[in-house]
Amino acid sequence: MQKVKTTDGVSRRTVLKTIAGAGAGSVLGAPMIWAQGLKDVTLMHVGPSYSIFEDIAAAASADLGFKIEMQNAGTDAIMARVVGQPDSIDIADLEFWAMQRIWRSQKLQTIDTGKIAHWGKIIPLFREGKNFDGNEMSRQGTMPFEVQYADGTGFAASPNTSATMMPTIFNADTLGIRPDLIGRDITSWAELLNPEFKGKVALINVPQIGIMDAAMAIEARGDLTYADKGNMTRDEIDATIAILIKAKQDGQFRAFWSSFDESVNFMASGEAVIQSMWSPAVTAVRGRGIDCVYKGLEEGYRGWGNGLGLMSHLEGIKLEAAYAYLNWMLTGPYGAFVARQGYYSAVPETTKASLSAEEWDYWYGGKPAAVEIKDPFGTVMELPGRSRDGGSFEDRIGGIRCWNTTMDEGEYLVQRWNDFVAS
Amino acid sequence: MTPNRMSQLSVLPFTAILIIFTGLPLLMVVLLSFWTFDGLEYRPDFTLANFAAVFAAPVTWKIFANTLRYAAITWAITLVVGFTVSFYLVFHVRNLKLQIGLFLLCTIPFWTSTVIRMISWIPFLGREGLFNTGLMQLGLIQQPLEFLLFSDFAVIITYVNLFTLFMIVPIFNAMAKIDRNVIEAALDAGATGFQILRTIIIPLSRTGIALGTIFVLTLVMGDFFVVRVMSGGQSSTVVSAMKNNIDQMYYPQAAAMAVLLIAVVLGMVATILRVVDVRAELAK
Repeated sequence: MQKVKTTDGVSRRTVLKTIAGAGAGSVLGAPMIWAQGLKDVTLMHVGPSYSIFEDIAAAASADLGFKIEMQNAGTDAIMARVVGQPDSIDIADLEFWAMQRIWRSQKLQTIDTGKIAHWGKIIPLFREGKNFDGNEMSRQGTMPFEVQYADGTGFAASPNTSATMMPTIFNADTLGIRPDLIGRDITSWAELLNPEFKGKVALINVPQIGIMDAAMAIEARGDLTYADKGNMTRDEIDATIAILIKAKQDGQFRAFWSSFDESVNFMASGEAVIQSMWSPAVTAVRGRGIDCVYKGLEEGYRGWGNGLGLMSHLEGIKLEAAYAYLNWMLTGPYGAFVARQGYYSAVPETTKASLSAEEWDYWYGGKPAAVEIKDPFGTVMELPGRSRDGGSFEDRIGGIRCWNTTMDEGEYLVQRWNDFVAS
Repeated sequence: MTPNRMSQLSVLPFTAILIIFTGLPLLMVVLLSFWTFDGLEYRPDFTLANFAAVFAAPVTWKIFANTLRYAAITWAITLVVGFTVSFYLVFHVRNLKLQIGLFLLCTIPFWTSTVIRMISWIPFLGREGLFNTGLMQLGLIQQPLEFLLFSDFAVIITYVNLFTLFMIVPIFNAMAKIDRNVIEAALDAGATGFQILRTIIIPLSRTGIALGTIFVLTLVMGDFFVVRVMSGGQSSTVVSAMKNNIDQMYYPQAAAMAVLLIAVVLGMVATILRVVDVRAELAK
């Protein structure tokens, strides 16, 4: 495993200052008293596989002086636990769309943005819902900004100081391809449904996401135009599923994957040559020495973002510790770790400081690798001279056309998705 | 302490486990299937809407039919394999030690986990898998056979691989209890081998067949993992569809579907028990 760099002096001081500041304002009033108790605090951070790393928990514990424990669970399972067993979680690591489902349960408390030292450095996409150039972003699906700020049990339309979650990582998702087995350039989502790849296509078997990947392809092919791919009407769902069932019966799909490992194996074994994919899965395939590209396509990307939420039961010293942890997560080591699997950090500035210049240029700059690029676990995944597909950070994020989401017709969608799988 | 009280006490621990870990959760599922759900929390209520939605959806019938199809095919294959293996072990292997040794051989697959046994089919059956490469090197085929993996074929072969032992054990057990004198008598009376099989061995093995059938049917009916992985997510059973609902936190329809599945499986088991009085036979 590659060593996680601990924070440099400056950012560590920032964290400590934040803790001290927070402590002075706490109900206990006397920082010295809780500073004694702080080392007995244990925080349970529950998050998805792409965000939970033992190395990060260890580095955070070492830097902060109290214990961070991490547990891995799918977004759906975390949502269920936040609602049903809130005491089993302290820090909930969720996709932004999950807020649409569970914020109103009041199991999460608002985050005071004033207590997050780097809040002002979080990219405008989260803070203001704007692209880097100040333009509006696509709001198809759940753009994180739409659920970023709380207003009671709902969401505020404009920024305030009560955040639902603190943004951490995000990415622009696209299709993974095997260029060696395809042998020509792929530029459009429509290729997902191209009969040329009959029997060699895989989709993610998560209804909400799978249908959006399919919708990107269907729209690209020109069959349908959606008002909002992220919140389809029943008619749109029916029309999409009908096209998918037809494709399935024609033998277009090799498989639907349900786990990260499956997606890696489908691609590595050549069972699929073009499929829905996550960035770390692409790095995992590349790490095996197999050519796999996370291809930027002309219709744009499907975006998503994760954040950390504070559970309502946190109070007193534990709450202050949680704020210290949230602050630590934006100081760089975590951002650098996830950067090496292709994800972006909500505060690129601190991530840049924790990455080598060559790594920064490769992952964020979209430039050709100057040296061998390694994944988070130290395996070489890119040789010098090659670059990440899709270009720079700004280009890829700016190209997001829809966001991971939960639909109003979600239950109907699952029913029709079952129909599709059973057809 | 009366013998009656003794036997009541001896079943108490298992009864308690059944009630706490099976009975109560089941009761909860049944209750939930009638409650209303606002996407976040349940409200204790009585609504038939969940069942109405489940019954109204054509997909419900399709996946039930598909699940029953898997169950029937798997049952037929495991029955033939289980019966013939048991028959060979009981009637052809005279040496008791050899018999026990061979029987234990049948259990070897159980030394590894179900998941590993299932997953290990994938590199074997895949497009670039051992089987396809072997056939291609022998020149028997030009293109890899695609139906081998991520297909009904793959699902069934895995079920058979995983569940045949559940058929072998009870049938072996029942056959071993058959009194050899009955067969001798039949032979003396001039019965053919087929007549002996049809009129003696099959009827006297029926308890084992019934128990094996119950095992295999309930295992297949309750599976979602094998079908999800081996069909490459391209096929659906009742439980795998339920899991899609549960994953997205749409519990009520899943609960209704679960109740429906329990009813169907209970019906199947009741029918089997009605045809074969397992209890009376076991007491012999």
